[in-house]
Amino acid sequence: MNWHKKLLVAAFAPTLALLAGTGSAQAEDKSLTLCWAAWDPANALVELGKDFTKQTGIQMKYEFVPWTSYADRFINELNSHSKLCDLIIGDSQWIGGSAENGHYIKLNDFFDKEKISMNDFMEATVVGYSEWPKNTPNYWALPAMADAVGWTYRRDWFAKPELRAEFKQKYGRELEPPKTWDELLEVAKFFTGKEIDGKKVYGSYIYTERGSEGITMGVTNALYPYGFQYDDPKHPYHMDEFVNSPGAVKGLEVYKELYKCCQPPGLTNAYMQEGLDAFKSGQVAMQMNWFAFFPGLYKDPNVGGDKIGFFINPAGPAGQFSQLGGQGISVVAYSDKKDDALKYIKWFAQPAVQQKWWELGGYSAAKSVVQAPGFPASQPFAPAFLQTMGFVKDFWAEPLYVDLLLDMQKRVHDYVVADQGTAQQALDMLVKDWKKVFADEGKNTE
Amino acid sequence: MAVQEQAVSHVDRIAARTPRNLSRRARGLSDRSVAWLFIAPTITLLLAINIFPLLWAIRLSFTNYKSNLANLPIRFVGLANYSDILTDADIWHGMQVTARFVLSSIALQVALGFGLALLINRGFRSHGFWTTVILLPMMLSPAVVGNFWTLLLQPQIGPFNYVIGFLLSVSPQSFSMIGDVTLAPWTIVLVDSWMWTPYVMLICLAGLRSIPDYIYEAAEVDRASQWRQFWSITLPMVLPFLMLAVLFRAIEAFKMFDLVNLLTSGGPGSTTELASITLKREAFEKWRTGYSSAFAIILFVTVFGAANIYVKALNRVKRR
Repeated sequence: MNWHKKLLVAAFAPTLALLAGTGSAQAEDKSLTLCWAAWDPANALVELGKDFTKQTGIQMKYEFVPWTSYADRFINELNSHSKLCDLIIGDSQWIGGSAENGHYIKLNDFFDKEKISMNDFMEATVVGYSEWPKNTPNYWALPAMADAVGWTYRRDWFAKPELRAEFKQKYGRELEPPKTWDELLEVAKFFTGKEIDGKKVYGSYIYTERGSEGITMGVTNALYPYGFQYDDPKHPYHMDEFVNSPGAVKGLEVYKELYKCCQPPGLTNAYMQEGLDAFKSGQVAMQMNWFAFFPGLYKDPNVGGDKIGFFINPAGPAGQFSQLGGQGISVVAYSDKKDDALKYIKWFAQPAVQQKWWELGGYSAAKSVVQAPGFPASQPFAPAFLQTMGFVKDFWAEPLYVDLLLDMQKRVHDYVVADQGTAQQALDMLVKDWKKVFADEGKNTE
Repeated sequence: MAVQEQAVSHVDRIAARTPRNLSRRARGLSDRSVAWLFIAPTITLLLAINIFPLLWAIRLSFTNYKSNLANLPIRFVGLANYSDILTDADIWHGMQVTARFVLSSIALQVALGFGLALLINRGFRSHGFWTTVILLPMMLSPAVVGNFWTLLLQPQIGPFNYVIGFLLSVSPQSFSMIGDVTLAPWTIVLVDSWMWTPYVMLICLAGLRSIPDYIYEAAEVDRASQWRQFWSITLPMVLPFLMLAVLFRAIEAFKMFDLVNLLTSGGPGSTTELASITLKREAFEKWRTGYSSAFAIILFVTVFGAANIYVKALNRVKRR
């Protein structure tokens, strides 16, 4: 063997040995990769997952991505048929696209075989996180993280005698967490500009984020109570006079009024984290945010404990509603470990696991947990959460939901933050945008 | 002679060890063929990474292809994508926003960059240190710049509002640089100029330093004033460099994405929604691959056409 060949063998032999060793090592260790967003509940899930590993010997690996890149990253993975994720906790809006494009496996047969009943989970979470088409018994996920928009407030500020007296004198009623959007505006305006603890404070924090879904997830909490509907319940995809109804216009105007009067300056492109920062730093009296963050806020040394209170999204003339958040857990169709992934789903669906999930900081959707007698007393935000899950509404979950979402982001942000046009014009243009999207999908919008 | 003979015999020994079939083939190669052989990898890479994707994008622009629905049959739609884009009011708005941004940022960067170059060229004490300091923003990653400028521009905690409020005797919280419809576009220009003015300065400095001293000496002998020297010597001789800087910065500004995405996400509303932001949303959020390919081709043709006209003008200036 001449010296060239000796050199080549010497260079590549260790590499080949390493690859062979790695391959055989992989064959021995069983593992699953679960993909989700990087936030507090994900840390709770890691803790919970240790029990699964103890029981089954399957190692759990995690791929957590910040919310700002969550949709981009994982929709990309699914579209490219990546094998990265065996299990994915995908956003509720992805269910339509993922079901129709074959990204998730259908779980009906598995649920039947393992006697997992969707009646054991809150109805809103089954419809929102699992079903496609909606309101049909076709399940593509197990409800994993129940969530909705709620509100926190500074209980200690509301309890200050001088503020209570001033408020009563001005509005003729006690200073309490608002029950209607009119009351919310009054309370927010009352606090805006006050000096509390040596700092100028503002009445409320609401979502205004432009890039992904923020302002839409915020504004719907005002639109729904004023009568906004996505379409005619009797004629699906017929949107005229439902999306841009007089009530919907009023709801949009109220959201803008709250933004203009009472939002801390500079928060023109703000979503979840900015809200938490504004509340924790004592800038705002009330904050709109997902229930998922409330365990962490309650534990905060500066604003938690006795200083924090929770209330449900206020009502409007058309009723009381809140924007549904949350996710279901699905088995990715491209995974080579579907059997093990299904074992995880079966384990996660157990009532005892769901109970521990709630205790660790996750939001269980299981009725066995939320309807237990001790549930309302288990956490200070539990009553508000339970009540809210009874009146949630979700955004479109169509395969083209991104087009619909981006259109709404643009029209709402143009009106609320950029002062372009009127609320009526914004919603009229939104109807036009959505009709175009549905026409591309071949749906009849008339 | 002996050394040369030794060298030749060493070469002969190496040549003798070349396998016969290879040596026969090598003997048949011309210099031109050898040259092509050396640049072949680069040409292949260029074709694979630049030319092929361009041709593929042109092809896709005439279809209804959506890359998230790759299994659906691709339909040829003719010029429908182009017609939709060119008749879309939102797209035209984005192009106007982009044009305003490009022109404003170039004007500011050229004015500041050239001014700084003139200053540095004077060669004052510690000018080397100050040159390095001025170059620092250019060395930062756009992601870092976007993130920390977002904090700097916060009305409640950011020093920017505090300084402006102090100078103009207004409350720092009374205005929002990235949240105000009028101020947000200028904020993007400001941040982009902060980052890339040093680049223009460097190119202008190279131009200034290439002007021979004897020309200025001759002008002084002829008792030309400072202004006369600047107008008749400095500016004409630096002009090609200045135009080159404008060309490079214009191309970069036209496709700017990262700073805007981090600072405003195209907001408030759509006030700072540059063409690149719209393109990203269409291509990688809505997955309208055919439509976004058509938009990309339109942008490419626009930039290519404008650059060609500009380069012709630049060549004319260089020849003067």
